[in-house]
Amino acid sequence: METNGFYTDRDQSPPQPREAVIRVRGLKAGFGDRLIIDGLDLDVWRGEILGVVGASGTGKSVLTRCIIGLVPKIAGTIEIFGVDRDTQSHEEELAMERRWGVLFQHGALFSSLTVKQNIQVPLREHTDFSPRLMEEIAMLKLDLVGLKPSAADLYPSELSGGMIKRAALARALALDPELIFLDEPTSGLDPIGAQEFDELILTLRRTLGLTVFMVTHDLDSLAHACDRIAALGNKKVLKEGPISDMRKADDPWLKAYFQGPRARAAAGV
Amino acid sequence: MTAFAADSPAFSDPNGGPYRLRLSGEWTAQHARDLEALVERTATSLAGRQVTLDIAEVARVDTVGAHLLDRLQREIAQRGGTSTLQGGRPEQRILIEAIAKDGPKSPPPPVRRLNPALALVADIGRGMESAVRDMTNWASFLGSVVTSAGRVILHPSKFRYTSFVHHLELVGLRAVPIVCLIAALVGGIIAQQSIFQLRYFGATIFAVDLISILAVRELGVLLAAIMIAGRSGSAFTAEIGSMKMREEIDAIRVMALDAIEVLILPRMLALIVGLTLLAFLSTLACLAGAAFVSLLYGGISLDVFISRLDYMLTLDSFLVGMIKAPFMALVIGLIATIEGMEVQGSSESLGTRTTASVVKSIFMVIVLDGLFAIFFSAIDM
Repeated sequence: METNGFYTDRDQSPPQPREAVIRVRGLKAGFGDRLIIDGLDLDVWRGEILGVVGASGTGKSVLTRCIIGLVPKIAGTIEIFGVDRDTQSHEEELAMERRWGVLFQHGALFSSLTVKQNIQVPLREHTDFSPRLMEEIAMLKLDLVGLKPSAADLYPSELSGGMIKRAALARALALDPELIFLDEPTSGLDPIGAQEFDELILTLRRTLGLTVFMVTHDLDSLAHACDRIAALGNKKVLKEGPISDMRKADDPWLKAYFQGPRARAAAGV
Repeated sequence: MTAFAADSPAFSDPNGGPYRLRLSGEWTAQHARDLEALVERTATSLAGRQVTLDIAEVARVDTVGAHLLDRLQREIAQRGGTSTLQGGRPEQRILIEAIAKDGPKSPPPPVRRLNPALALVADIGRGMESAVRDMTNWASFLGSVVTSAGRVILHPSKFRYTSFVHHLELVGLRAVPIVCLIAALVGGIIAQQSIFQLRYFGATIFAVDLISILAVRELGVLLAAIMIAGRSGSAFTAEIGSMKMREEIDAIRVMALDAIEVLILPRMLALIVGLTLLAFLSTLACLAGAAFVSLLYGGISLDVFISRLDYMLTLDSFLVGMIKAPFMALVIGLIATIEGMEVQGSSESLGTRTTASVVKSIFMVIVLDGLFAIFFSAIDM
């Protein structure tokens, strides 16, 4: 598995000097008095796929939502594309939001719109495409995420779990984002679907030059798709590095996570 | 300088020999409209040619640009020409090839449209069909509620008392202030209007007769029922509808529980008890409002008002009013829960169903009131 095309890809192009797409420093966030994240530092480099792991309640979702701006932070700085979220103007914020895509855990497709209309929402709002191009681009994105053209006119309630994820990804990709946030993209997918999803992300990274911030618990995804892993714990980043580093970690939780029977199965040991 | 370009095809060989087209600039979504026009123009002017598309000078290309390049190549091919791509950075080539290999992105065939006149007829037909389906639905649902109620009567321990009390509080107790306020206002308004009209005949005192009959037989119960249809009927539809959306109803079913028994019976009984009590309070509030206005506006003192009431009202009038309340409650409850069960996956359908629930139950409450009026006059009550 370590010799698939992706790994050689990575080895060939070490981006030096690296450009941080997301830079988080001294982040504090939480609810009321309860801090979920306290003094967290994290960088996401352009073109990489970062996997974020952590036990339940270690703040994976809070971190993601904080970076996207859905949860207010208490202290610290967050820079995205080199722009500080605190000092940016409203216009800069809107421009930033057009440069990223977010895949929510449960898809968050608009239930009263068809799949095609869902994909067209950002196109309609942020571009001046002709109707024909809008149609073609929606079908193209549908194809890109591996959905059949017949799915275009279905409503979200008529889709299977895997199809919802794919449709939501198509919507997140509608504006050709540079950065994409994935919240548990493979949860609820069968192993084949999950593997296809990993391949899809890798292909998209290769073709579109995406940077991916992925919250996941899928050990196979972590092993095959992610360049780097950041493990959260004790309200900060416990350890970060490629999966090989994670497997050598001494921390009891990391040991249990990356050296347990499932992890060994995923690594093919 | 424009952000993108393809040099205008100036043909060196008039006989349609090979041609080289240099593309440059930004082939991205931002310039989609102009790029599309450019592709169209270029494809037309290159009809039947052998073309080499040189993309070495293209600065940036995204999926939209790649798609338009692909469209350009397709359209050249359609017009009897051939084209090959040349140059471009490796990652651009990967993207363009990935987009191109997926084959023609033809949208699914558009839905066939009926002509407007036919569509109108079809709409009316569909409306009739759904009205009939509503009726049968209501009947069959009433049937299953009655069966469940029967089972619960045989095994009273199965009844959800906590849920019943909870809903009785929401439906009944919490609605008391608003229902009484509205009833008192309406009572006062009617008193004022009737005193105003009857004054010309010197028959002001008969305003009390009018109001007492109207309040006790019709207004008290009707106002309470309409208020509850808007207040609790909509809430029931939304609650049951969102439970349906999130498969909670299915979860209840697979746990060997009866959804009607768990969710609907307590709500229905709370509605029946609550609305009956509210109808009584609302009647009193209506009379109180009328008495207040009669005193201030018509100069009818309270003891005269009460002695007039005493003379006018019989037990029959009171019963005629009160007997309607449980039936109206049943209709509101049935419609609210049926509409809730009809909610499909989308948030839009939740909204539609909630609206339908309120509109249908207020309509049915008024229809029912009319039917009762006919019935009571037939039996001389």
